Amino acid sequence: MSEEKKNTPAEGGSGLGSQPGNEFDRRAFFVKLGLGSLSIAAAGTAAFSYQFLSPNVLYEPSPIVNAGKPENYAVDSVTMDVNAGIYLIHAQEGFFALSAVCTHLGCLTAWKPELGIIACPCHGSKFTRYGVKIEGPAPRPLPWLQTSISDEGDLMVDRSITIRPMQFVRV
Amino acid sequence: MAKTITNYFEELRGTRVWRSVFRSGTGSSTLHRALAVQQNVFLHLFSTKVRTRMLSFSTTWYLGTLTFGTFLILVATGIPLMFYYHPSVPQAYADTKDLQFVVSSGLFLRNLHRWSAHAMVFLVFAHLFKVFYRGAYRPPREFNWVIGVILLLITLLLSYTGYLLPWDQLAFWAITVGSNIASAVPVMGNKVHFLMLGGNVVNANALLRFYVLHCMILPLVAILFVAVHFWRIRKDGGLYAHQSEPGRVAAEPVPAAAKGAQ
Repeated sequence: MSEEKKNTPAEGGSGLGSQPGNEFDRRAFFVKLGLGSLSIAAAGTAAFSYQFLSPNVLYEPSPIVNAGKPENYAVDSVTMDVNAGIYLIHAQEGFFALSAVCTHLGCLTAWKPELGIIACPCHGSKFTRYGVKIEGPAPRPLPWLQTSISDEGDLMVDRSITIRPMQFVRV
Repeated sequence: MAKTITNYFEELRGTRVWRSVFRSGTGSSTLHRALAVQQNVFLHLFSTKVRTRMLSFSTTWYLGTLTFGTFLILVATGIPLMFYYHPSVPQAYADTKDLQFVVSSGLFLRNLHRWSAHAMVFLVFAHLFKVFYRGAYRPPREFNWVIGVILLLITLLLSYTGYLLPWDQLAFWAITVGSNIASAVPVMGNKVHFLMLGGNVVNANALLRFYVLHCMILPLVAILFVAVHFWRIRKDGGLYAHQSEPGRVAAEPVPAAAKGAQ
């Protein structure tokens, strides 16, 4: 870097430098040093800000929901847990859980028993009780959530784990 | 009677205290009037002289001034609302209801804030269209147009962040939908969504973040850009005057005789 500047004559130098070029080199060096330090500080500030603004601990509800005893769900029933945002469905083949959060923009869908479909109030997406998309604008079907039976015999739904469709839990 | 008030005012302007605050002097000459504008911290953003035509309603429909007026109303009503509103999940909705039904003049302040917010969004768009169709965005005013677009975005963000604060169903789902739209940004969408809400769902962190953005960060940024926006009017030669622009003369159609001579 400093080699390029050697040929440039010093302008307005104080004459303290032993060679004519030295004074300019020193100034250029300090300018680069200053700008470099500021750049590093700016990058550090950006990284610091990003980390600061990303919460490390979230006080959000647990993804695992206890849906209670399987006997509470009649065959061919669709039961919605509004707070958890899930459907617990007891089909002929067995139990399964669907996410009730629309895959379009995250609204909470609703079960329409008179039509036998799941519909989203925000933008009109429609799904079957198996989560299959009937009409958009939702881009994807409603995801199936991992469902299991706890040691106490309760139905447990893990909202953080999606599974392939048509995997039923039989009791 | 009017004469007497004028005399009192002249007397007031002659006092030592007045002259220590307003240093442009007491005269009413053109110079003194210009100095009164130029030496005032707020007014010096503006030109010391304005064409009379520029102040007529038909020129601008006062849309920029009206937008600024709604902004001032929003600041003046928003600050008192902050005295009763807690940006926390258990209290936000109850505080909003308290403002409507319990706090004296709370309903008035809240409604004024809400209607002014709607009016500001409308006026900002009207201002934009008026400037566009008059051609007032053209050089040398193109930079001020860009500042104006930034102010439009700030206005929309202020509107959006304020929408969550009542913490009712409409607010919650509007912000859920809006923040999910943000996560459609390629590559970094989910990160943007997470940083915006301070979590994965609209919850306490999101409410607090939107509150801080709505009451502190966005208004301060808006004031900064409004100051630049006003100052640029002077720097760009005042408000756009249709007939007196040099570009206008050049744009006149070439006479047929001149065409034939070529």
